[in-house]
Amino acid sequence: MINQLGNYSLIFGFIISAILIILTLFSIKVKKTNLEKNIFYLISTQFFFVTFSFVILIYSFIVSDFSNEVVYNHSHTTKPLFYKIAGSWGNHEGSLLLWLLVLTLFILLFYLNSKKLSGNYKTITVLFQEIIICGFYLFIILTSNPFNFLYPTPNEGLGLNPILQDPALAIHPPILYLGYVGTSIIFSSSLSALITKNVNSTWALDIKKWILTSWIFLTIGILIGSIWAYYELGWGGFWFWDPVENVSLMPWLCLTALIHTISVLEKRSILKSWTLILSISTFSLSMSGTFLVRSGILNSVHTFANDPSRGLFILVFLFILLITSITIFFVFSEKENSSINKTYLLSKETAILFNNWFMMFFLSVVFIGTIYPIFLEAITNDKISIGPPFYNKILSPFLVPFLIFMSIGPNLRWIKSKLEKIDTKQIIIFAISVVASLSIIKISNANILFTLFLIFASIYLLLTTTVDLFKKNLKLPQKVSHLAFSIFILSILLNGIFAKEISYNMKVGDEVKFLDNIIKFKSLNSSNEKNYKKLIGEFELTNKQASQFFYPEIRVYNQPNIVTSEAYIKTGIFSDNFIVINLIKDDGYFNVRYQIKPFMIWIWISVSILALGGLISFYTKKYE
Amino acid sequence: MYGKKVKLRALFILLVFITLVLSIFLILKSLEEEVVYFISPSEIKNLQEISDNKVRVGGLVKKGSILTSEENINFIITDLKNEIQVSFSGVVPNLFAEGKGVVAEGYLKDRNFLISKKILAKHDENYMPPEVKEALEKK
Repeated sequence: MINQLGNYSLIFGFIISAILIILTLFSIKVKKTNLEKNIFYLISTQFFFVTFSFVILIYSFIVSDFSNEVVYNHSHTTKPLFYKIAGSWGNHEGSLLLWLLVLTLFILLFYLNSKKLSGNYKTITVLFQEIIICGFYLFIILTSNPFNFLYPTPNEGLGLNPILQDPALAIHPPILYLGYVGTSIIFSSSLSALITKNVNSTWALDIKKWILTSWIFLTIGILIGSIWAYYELGWGGFWFWDPVENVSLMPWLCLTALIHTISVLEKRSILKSWTLILSISTFSLSMSGTFLVRSGILNSVHTFANDPSRGLFILVFLFILLITSITIFFVFSEKENSSINKTYLLSKETAILFNNWFMMFFLSVVFIGTIYPIFLEAITNDKISIGPPFYNKILSPFLVPFLIFMSIGPNLRWIKSKLEKIDTKQIIIFAISVVASLSIIKISNANILFTLFLIFASIYLLLTTTVDLFKKNLKLPQKVSHLAFSIFILSILLNGIFAKEISYNMKVGDEVKFLDNIIKFKSLNSSNEKNYKKLIGEFELTNKQASQFFYPEIRVYNQPNIVTSEAYIKTGIFSDNFIVINLIKDDGYFNVRYQIKPFMIWIWISVSILALGGLISFYTKKYE
Repeated sequence: MYGKKVKLRALFILLVFITLVLSIFLILKSLEEEVVYFISPSEIKNLQEISDNKVRVGGLVKKGSILTSEENINFIITDLKNEIQVSFSGVVPNLFAEGKGVVAEGYLKDRNFLISKKILAKHDENYMPPEVKEALEKK
């Protein structure tokens, strides 16, 4: 019964989006502006209907209504309430409904926020956005309806994969989607601005808010996913260059390039076409991300239930959107009048162009690394995988000049900048960087010349941005984010160089020596929780000074019957200590892994500060 | 003959083009070096020569084949036609069990022996590596 309500509400929403498409087309044709109110009402009603569907889905999960197929497949009565709610978007159907919810929310917010802008620009943005919404409605209704009815009603559900029963992963999809879907507004409004010939500083200023919003959410979304992978998957790493991770990184790289370019458009009214190309690509990458993850084409460890027919739909839809946007781009794009806007080689514009070149290079590396295996398998039937060594090898050499440019670029001026005399401050910074990086290499015994350059470049950036923080002529958000980025790269490097680990198979009572420590497996206890049984190991780590205790867990879930490991992590300012245990088979042995992970927390902190930089720019509107 | 602007533009396009070609060349070059191939035990048996490159071997963990010692876990990967002995040291994923699908990454010592430091995990209890599925379907 309640299921049906959700379903009808979906269909009503779909009808509204069809009406909106027709209405906006009509309104553009007859140039009537008094339809604005109607458009607004329709958008609000549509948002209401999607919200209603979503609330019903959550409700079905809470009351464990197993007559709903999605609830049956992904829930269980013994599951804690929090995960019942989070489970509603932890599956394919529910997550798409969430996509749709965010899509409709954003167009509503956009409409409310852009009252000052010209009528036609708004209307055409709504048109494009509604085309996307309409496509998603069709997709959901035809291939992945979250309100499919099951008869006879089962007594018990199949349960949620326990690895997803985690607070970080409960909030990861919504936040990531806010970022992904935010790019749809950027896409729609760029096309609209292109058609109405509005690609100018005013538009740039307006759309910048959306670019920043998407970027902030995407950054935090990726961060949360990464933290989850770190403690839940028990590998102790935070980024595996897995295809599913890569597809979230690609739009991020594109968005980051866009943030830089849009300020050029805002201040100097140049790079119009490039900004538009970036806007279109960002959204296409977000869409293809969804396609790649959902279609099951990617051979990834993170993909959950998938279905090829769904993939085909998204592929066709993506293709149509791409063709349309490229056509619009070529038909409507204006010639840039370059004689008025003269630009010199040494200027902020050029520096930002450099940033974009690097971003595009990083993007193409990730793109090729992600799709190459798919193509190779299709052509030669060879199955391959591309792992971290590839990315490390090809990305890291380019990081050195990238970091150096990052420290120089922000200090340049618009239009034309003069080479300043090198002052003592810069010499000191340079000297400190050299000494610091040399000593780090010395301690670590990692005698790779290349690592030295990388560490040097990141320390140099760190010091330069720290000094810049106290300068008044630069904008705060940029300073904060660049500083955060240098901390980020530096912590990754130190983390990689100084990480130590041992894995050993132990029985209760066994001891193993590692560096200056003795790790002792003291005891094993078990207890029962609501929907799982847990085994808790007690480990004692002794060195000369003190002893520490660790309590890693193994959880045996009842439904579905899956074993997971919960790592025990002692987080510190300088390093994390990490123990995870696994069952091998019933012979008394446990697979124990102990890791020392330096500066782990700084990776999380720096990414948070990076996002914070974006947030600050909302409050410092009047700069320069 | 040509204006300064045209020359500049040509230079710019040339630069973009060179960078593009260079970066694609670089990417493909490193791809070639870092790619890891998936193979099944039967394919290993038919190999002409054993290469020094890293490989991934997929199949099922043979029932009763897991032998644990303090430093190693030894087991046999089978695709139900041929099998290969694996000596593994490292972290075992939760879903590693006898009779279940597994993908081990490492270096081949000979046609019957793989030294591995990484077993790949999949967080789905019904998961089966594609090569196992294929091998089972052929049967």
